[in-house]
Amino acid sequence: MLIKQTIRRYILENFLFTDDESALQDGDSFLAAGMIDSTGVLEITLFIEETFGLKVKDDEMLPENLDSVDNLVAFIQRKQVVAA
Amino acid sequence: MCGVAGIAALLARTRISEPDVHRMLPALRHRGPDDSGVYLDPHGRIGLGHTRLSIIDLAGGVQPMPNEDQTVWVSFNGEIFNYIELREILQKTGHRFSTHSDTEVIVHAYEQYGDDFVQYLNGQFAIALWDANRQRLLLVRDRVGILPLFYTCQGERLLFASEIKALLPLLAEAPRISPTALDQIFTFWAPRSPNTLFEGIFEVPPGHLLVLENGHLRESMYWDWRFPEQGEYLTGSDAELAEQLYELLADATRIRLRADVPVGAYLSGGLDSSALVALIRRHSAAPLKTFSIGFEEKSLDESVFQQQLVEHLGVEHRRVFCHNRDVAEDFPATVFHAETAILRTAPTPMHRLSKLVYDSGYKVVLTGEGSDEALGGYDLFKEAKIRQFWARHPQSEWRPLLLKALYPYLETSGAQAKTYLRNFYGIGLDHPDQPGFSHLTRWFTTAQCKAFFSSELTATLREDAAARLTGQLPPEFGRWHPFNRAQYLEAKTLLGSYLLCSQGDRMLMANSVEGRFPFLDHRVIEFANRLRPRLKMRALNEKFLLKQAMATYLPRQIIERHKQPYRAPDIPAFFSGRPPAYVDELLSEEKLRCYGYFDAKRVSFLLNKARRGSAIAYKDNMALVGILSTQLCHNYFIERFSQTTREMSEHLVDLSRTSNAYQANYSPLHFGKFPVHRR
Repeated sequence: MLIKQTIRRYILENFLFTDDESALQDGDSFLAAGMIDSTGVLEITLFIEETFGLKVKDDEMLPENLDSVDNLVAFIQRKQVVAA
Repeated sequence: MCGVAGIAALLARTRISEPDVHRMLPALRHRGPDDSGVYLDPHGRIGLGHTRLSIIDLAGGVQPMPNEDQTVWVSFNGEIFNYIELREILQKTGHRFSTHSDTEVIVHAYEQYGDDFVQYLNGQFAIALWDANRQRLLLVRDRVGILPLFYTCQGERLLFASEIKALLPLLAEAPRISPTALDQIFTFWAPRSPNTLFEGIFEVPPGHLLVLENGHLRESMYWDWRFPEQGEYLTGSDAELAEQLYELLADATRIRLRADVPVGAYLSGGLDSSALVALIRRHSAAPLKTFSIGFEEKSLDESVFQQQLVEHLGVEHRRVFCHNRDVAEDFPATVFHAETAILRTAPTPMHRLSKLVYDSGYKVVLTGEGSDEALGGYDLFKEAKIRQFWARHPQSEWRPLLLKALYPYLETSGAQAKTYLRNFYGIGLDHPDQPGFSHLTRWFTTAQCKAFFSSELTATLREDAAARLTGQLPPEFGRWHPFNRAQYLEAKTLLGSYLLCSQGDRMLMANSVEGRFPFLDHRVIEFANRLRPRLKMRALNEKFLLKQAMATYLPRQIIERHKQPYRAPDIPAFFSGRPPAYVDELLSEEKLRCYGYFDAKRVSFLLNKARRGSAIAYKDNMALVGILSTQLCHNYFIERFSQTTREMSEHLVDLSRTSNAYQANYSPLHFGKFPVHRR
C-alpha cells in the first residue's frame, strides 16, 4: 500500500501538479493521457531508483513496467522480490 | 531605426493636443536616442511624433518629414534599402528632393503611386503617413513584421506607436491582459496578429496597411507568403537555381550594407550567419566586426564553431558570455521591453548581445533570421515530413524510427522508444491532410501548459486557439504542398509574432541597435517560395539549396554541421542557485492569487519540482517561464501602471520597487539631452 501511495503522490504532484486524488486512476496510461513526454520516463525511472533503491535496466524501460500506477507498483514489487 | 508615435482624431469635432504627443515620446527614447520631433496638423486632426536613431543622412533626416508643399507628412521607423534606385525613378518623374534620406523617398513615392507606394519599397518599415489634402492617415508595416506598430482606439482618438509602452501614458486606466492572447501564447508561443497581450491594443499585421479616413478604419493586406498551387515551381538544374539564389542573397546583402555608420554582423556559428558574413565579405573589404553569445551551459554553447568561422573568414570578433545567473537577472528587463508573456528565456541573451554591439560603438548589425523559414531549415519541417511519410503506413515499425535521427535524446529511452514515438509524434496520423498537421505536436505539447491556468481564466476561454487558427487560413492553403503549408504556419505564428519582435526588434532596440535581415528581403522569400520543396529539404538534409549556393565560400564543417537550434537556459537559469527575489515574490501564492491568471497550488508543485532540479521536461520549462513573464507583465503594466508610466516619462523605470533583485535596466545610460523639435 505504501508503494502505491508514494507513487500516486509523486505522479500527482510532479506530472499533474495537484493533490486532488480523483485526478488519477491507478490504471491510467501516463502516455495516453499526455501526462508525460519523452523526458518524463527518465524522471520516473530516476525517481523509483532513488526512492526504492532499485536499478532499472534498459530493457525494462517498457510501458508494461512504467506506464501506469498499477504497472509501476507491480514492477517495483517484482524487483524487490528478486532483490530479496 | 527610430520610434514612431501619434494621435489621430476619429470624430469631426475631435482636436489633438500637442502635449499629448510629447507624452508618448519618452517611452520610445531607446528606439531613437539621437533626436526627436513632433508635427501637429494646423486643424488639430493629427499629431505625429518621432524619436530618431541617425543612420542615413545624419544631418538631413529629421522627422516628421513633409513633401515640398507640406501636404504629406511622414513619421517613419526603419530602412528603405532601395531608396537610391527609387529616388532616381521619382526624380525622373519630376519630384524634387531636399534631403538624401530614405524617409523622403516615402513621401514622394506616396505622391506618385498612392497607397500602392508600399509595393515599391524594399525594406523594413513602420510608417505613419498623413495626407492633409485627403485628410487621411496611413499606418503601414513591412511585409514580414520586422518592425512593430501598435494602435488602440481611445474615445475619440486613435493612438499609435512603435511600442505599446508609448500608448500607456494616454490611457485613462491600466490595460487588461486578454485571456484570448494568453490562450494563444500558451499554444503558439505568441499572440496571433493583430492581437497583443492586452485587450483592445492591436498591432498592424505584417504586410498590411491601415487607413483612417472619415472616422473609419480600413485594413488591407498588400503582401503575404504565397506558394505555388499546382506545381508552378521554378525550373532549372540545382546548380542554376543555387546560382540564382546566391546572386539574390548577394544583392539583398549589398543593399543592406548601405549606411552612413559602420555595419557589423551577428555570428552564431550556424550556416545562416556564416553565409551572411561570407556574403558581406564579397561586397566590402572594410574590417568586419562580428558579435556572438557564449553560454555557461555546454549543451547550448557554440563558441567552438564561432571560433572556426572567425579564423576562416578573418573577422574581428567579440563574444558576450552568458551565465545562468545573468539570464535570471536580466529577465525582467527582457519582459519589460518585449511587452508580452514569453515561454522561453531565449530573448534575454539577445538583449545582452545588442548591449555588446552598442558598447562596441556599432548601431547596425546584419543577422541571419528568416533563412530557416524561407529556405527550409527547421527540425519541425523534418518532423512533419517524417510524420507525413509515416502516416502513409501508420502500422510501420521502422518509419517512426526516423524521428530518432532528429531528436537524439530519444535514443536514451531504449526499448520503449517506439512506444513513445507512437504516442508522442503519432498525433493526427489518421488525418495527415488536416491544415495544422505539421505543427500538431508542438501546439499540443505547448497547450499542456494551460493546465496551470486558473479556473477563472479557463472559464473565459471559448474556442481552442489552434482550432481557431486552422479555421482562418487562406482558401488556397489546402492546395499547397504540405511542406509549404508548414512554412506558412511557421511564418505566421512564430516568425512575425515572436522571433522578429520579442527576440528580435525589442532586444535590439532596447540598446538602440538596428538589425537588418537579408534572408527576409521579399525578393529572396518570393524566389524561395517558388522552389520545389525537395530543394529546401533533400531527404532529411535541410536548406539543401542554400548549402549548394554557399558550398565554395564556407568550410565543409559548417556546411555539414547538424543544425543546432538557438536556446537559452530556462528553469536552470532561475533555479540552479538561489533564485532572484523577484521570482519568489511574483510566484508566491499571494501574487498568483492576486493577479488571478494561474492556479497557485499547481504552480507551487511546479516550483517544488523546479527547486529539486527535476523539472527537465520542455513543457515544465515553458510553463514556468510563461507564468513568470505573465506575472512580470501584470506587475509592470497593470499593478504598477501609474508608476511605470510616470517613470518612463523620466526615462527610468525602476524595476527595484517590489524587490531588490530587479535591475533598473530601462534607464539607458547613454541618453543625454533630448531636444524635441517642433516641425
